[in-house]
Amino acid sequence: MQLTVWTYEGPPHVGAMRVATAMEGLHYVLHAPQGDTYADLLFTMIERNAKRPPVTYTTFQARDLGSDTAELFKTAARDAYLRFKPQAMIVGASCTAELIQDDPGGLSKALNLPIPVIPLELPSYQRKENYGASETFYQIVRALAGPTAPVLGTPRPVRVSGQRPRCNLLGPTALGFRHRDDVVEITKLLNELGIDINVVAPMGATPADIARLGEADFNVVMYPETASQAAQWLTRTFGQPATKIVPIGVGATHDFINEVAKLAGVDAAPLLNNTTSRAKWYAKSVDSTYLTSKRVFVFGDATHAVAAARIAKEEMGFTVVGIGTYSREFAREVREAAKIYGVEALITDDYLEVEAKVAELQPELVLGTQMERHIAKRFGVPCAVISAPVHVQDFPARYSPQMGFEGASVLFDTWVHPLMMGLEEHLIGMFRGDNEFHADAAPSHLGAAHKPLQNVVSPLVAAAQIGASVFEPILGLTSVSTPSSAAATIAGWALEAEKELNKIPFFVRGKARRNTERFASERGMSLITVETLYDAKAHFSR
Amino acid sequence: MSSAALATAGGSDTTVIPIIRERGQREVFCGLTGIIWLHRKIQDAFFLVVGSRTCAHLIQSAAGVMIFAEPRFATAIIDERDLAGLADCNEELDRIVNQLLTRRPDIRLLFLVGSCPSEVIKLDLSRASSRLSKKFSPNVRVLNYSGSGIETTFTQGEDACLASMVPDLPAAPADAETSLMVVGSLADVVEDQFIRLFAALNIGPVRFFPPRHAADLAPVGKNTRYILAQPFLADTARALEERGATRIDAPFPLGVEGTTLWLKAVADVWGVSSGTFDAATATARERATRAVARYREELSGKRVFFFPDSQLEIPLARFLARELDVELVEVGTPFLHKQHLARELELMPKGVQLSEGQHVENQLDRCRAAKPDLVVCGLGLANPLEAEGMTTKWSIELVFTPIQGYDQAADLAELFARPLVRRMRLVA
Ligand code: SF4
Ligand code: SF4
Repeated sequence: MQLTVWTYEGPPHVGAMRVATAMEGLHYVLHAPQGDTYADLLFTMIERNAKRPPVTYTTFQARDLGSDTAELFKTAARDAYLRFKPQAMIVGASCTAELIQDDPGGLSKALNLPIPVIPLELPSYQRKENYGASETFYQIVRALAGPTAPVLGTPRPVRVSGQRPRCNLLGPTALGFRHRDDVVEITKLLNELGIDINVVAPMGATPADIARLGEADFNVVMYPETASQAAQWLTRTFGQPATKIVPIGVGATHDFINEVAKLAGVDAAPLLNNTTSRAKWYAKSVDSTYLTSKRVFVFGDATHAVAAARIAKEEMGFTVVGIGTYSREFAREVREAAKIYGVEALITDDYLEVEAKVAELQPELVLGTQMERHIAKRFGVPCAVISAPVHVQDFPARYSPQMGFEGASVLFDTWVHPLMMGLEEHLIGMFRGDNEFHADAAPSHLGAAHKPLQNVVSPLVAAAQIGASVFEPILGLTSVSTPSSAAATIAGWALEAEKELNKIPFFVRGKARRNTERFASERGMSLITVETLYDAKAHFSR
Repeated sequence: MSSAALATAGGSDTTVIPIIRERGQREVFCGLTGIIWLHRKIQDAFFLVVGSRTCAHLIQSAAGVMIFAEPRFATAIIDERDLAGLADCNEELDRIVNQLLTRRPDIRLLFLVGSCPSEVIKLDLSRASSRLSKKFSPNVRVLNYSGSGIETTFTQGEDACLASMVPDLPAAPADAETSLMVVGSLADVVEDQFIRLFAALNIGPVRFFPPRHAADLAPVGKNTRYILAQPFLADTARALEERGATRIDAPFPLGVEGTTLWLKAVADVWGVSSGTFDAATATARERATRAVARYREELSGKRVFFFPDSQLEIPLARFLARELDVELVEVGTPFLHKQHLARELELMPKGVQLSEGQHVENQLDRCRAAKPDLVVCGLGLANPLEAEGMTTKWSIELVFTPIQGYDQAADLAELFARPLVRRMRLVA
């Protein structure tokens, strides 16, 4: 057993739902109790989907156990087929149904439905949401594209000359972090290179589209978390090569363009020479000098975390002080990236560990998920969200991709927005103690009344907020895990020294406090005085 | 899986109400969801769900991620090792409870909350809770109940929780004076209003259950008269009666009429004269009547369809029909407790279509065919129905908002009027 307060990922069948909901003409029959229908609201409320997820839940009850849960499943599957007339169906069990071992695959086979029925085995007590999405997509691709596979070892047919190269875009799902807009951006970019899109999957694909995947010349793996497994199978089965670079950031987009140009046999130079990235120019402009060496902590799914760290270092001039991921499946990738920055990767799905890490590192900016946004808020550290798990805010009304050149510009804006602007930082430094310019003032562009958006996190949010006003907030609920100043304070601060420390601009105060404490403890001092503070300053400025 | 039966309900022969009884896909939460308001209500209680990642994800999705750094609920997620017998579930649970209580010394009452997986693997949480209670006594009391989706629907989680607390209530002495117990979670502000009204009526002592603090348990005995403030408390009522308490039969305190009849039922037991009753309630009643009337124009004649959710549907529908002239198309409820709802059913307009249980697809078909002006439904259905052109009201808001009593009656009306007003504004 594992004690869990908040989780980064849902159970694997929610991953399967992300695939099913993204597709058209596919239906999912899920053997599950009634409470599991909560998952619908992730899609209808967080993503504001206009359609219910194409999922039929059997909603068995205690009184059905041991008698006719299997019959219940068969009726549900048959009814779902008759009502929704899907081109194909996926069937499986949620955590509870896994325990009663009804074998949805076998049961639906016995129904002899006139469409492909794909059984899913998703071990709920072992794996999580991203695994579920990946495995589901893979099973669907195998089952539906498999029948068109050539004899193993057959070389790929040569493209007729004059015909434009074609590729598939693999990985975008429902509830994905900006998947909707990334697809548009990457499609545009590939079209400019002279490459056509054969199929985008799972997002928007029908089972018939999946059956055509083999017709493309190669695959673009947009999100390895969901698409790697399927892409590898396509490589083995159809000889289709797959991309390895995820085009998030200006540098990665350049690399990606070169990679696909090579796979497609087209010339990348015209596109590369003709693009001007606004993000690149903004980062270069003198106003951005203040971004130099800002200490950032990066956490998210592996793809977004690795990409964000590269952008942070190479394109923003930040210093990456920590990187981590909640997805163990991709720990290796993140560990490798961590080496580049000379840090140790944090691989955990326990948000308390992440919180402790943030406390310890005292970064000036956190790039994370909605979880880290809350952690950062508690520590008063600016934060931008770069990765799933998603939240209603991660589905902005405007076009807002993460990938390609436009994506890079979106990232520049998103990351810089919570930070103080360059001149503003100086002013606060000079006029500290002023009523308006003080450490706890929010960045002025965020408005005087700006309060970080609290609670706006889940679908029930609005409702829960009302709830919060109903049942008096728990006052004095202290987060026991919140370390004060994680650098175990050996030396105490004299009152005067503490006051002096408060005169230091707040955005460097954490660093000053940390360094001074280190300085003092290295010298075995028990009390930090004003003198110690300046001694330490002199020491570290050398 | 589609089975529907027609039956009837009603207090007397004259109020025969048709009921559709259905079985099929139910689009409702499980009882774990109750933790979201219960953990706010009982301020020193902690809810530990013993379940799966799904259970943790449900509560997280329903509660709003990270409202607090460490909320007073968590999930002990059963994993492969527990199922394969590599780890002993009971030892694991003890370890986790230890870990939890060390970190949260402020906790006085710990609920072990059963889920579908814990029920299916037959993990005995009542044994676990008495074992742990002994171990942590007197600092922490450990109770258990099931919030599993195979046994409980949404608000039934609160019922199970409260029922588990009843054996812990101290016994009132045999010669104790007659006391009133108000049963069911109410917002603190609503409780305070009722406290003032009961004082004006000279009714007392009055205790509320659940209490705001775990130790603040009302004594119960044969001189305890209890009144339900919520319609979903079947098991709690039974447990209280086993302890000698007697139920005061009444409609529920929703709307001006409901609140008046609810208070009146109590006043009658205490022998309060109608003069005193009128004097004590007149001001609030008139104020509420005036406030509710403001919404009659917006709601009168509107056709409303209720999907089953919290078991509050029947009292809510009664309020809408009688105080706001709403026309009820169908009133769905997950369960219909005929005895507790007898007074409500008497007040319902004749011939109104009720439905119990759910077959969501069939119900959606009926709803689309009826083209109601307003659909009261869960979050999974609301946006898709809006996209189809219907106007919806999230039913869950009705559970999380103070709606009981005189001074909330207009707020309740407004909750139904708002989506209609909004739709008109957006079109304009
Ligand atoms: S229905 Fe059962 S398995 Fe699903 S969340 Fe509720 S208790 Fe957990
Ligand atoms: S608006 Fe506030 S909460 Fe949102 S990113 Fe900016 S600082 Fe954070």
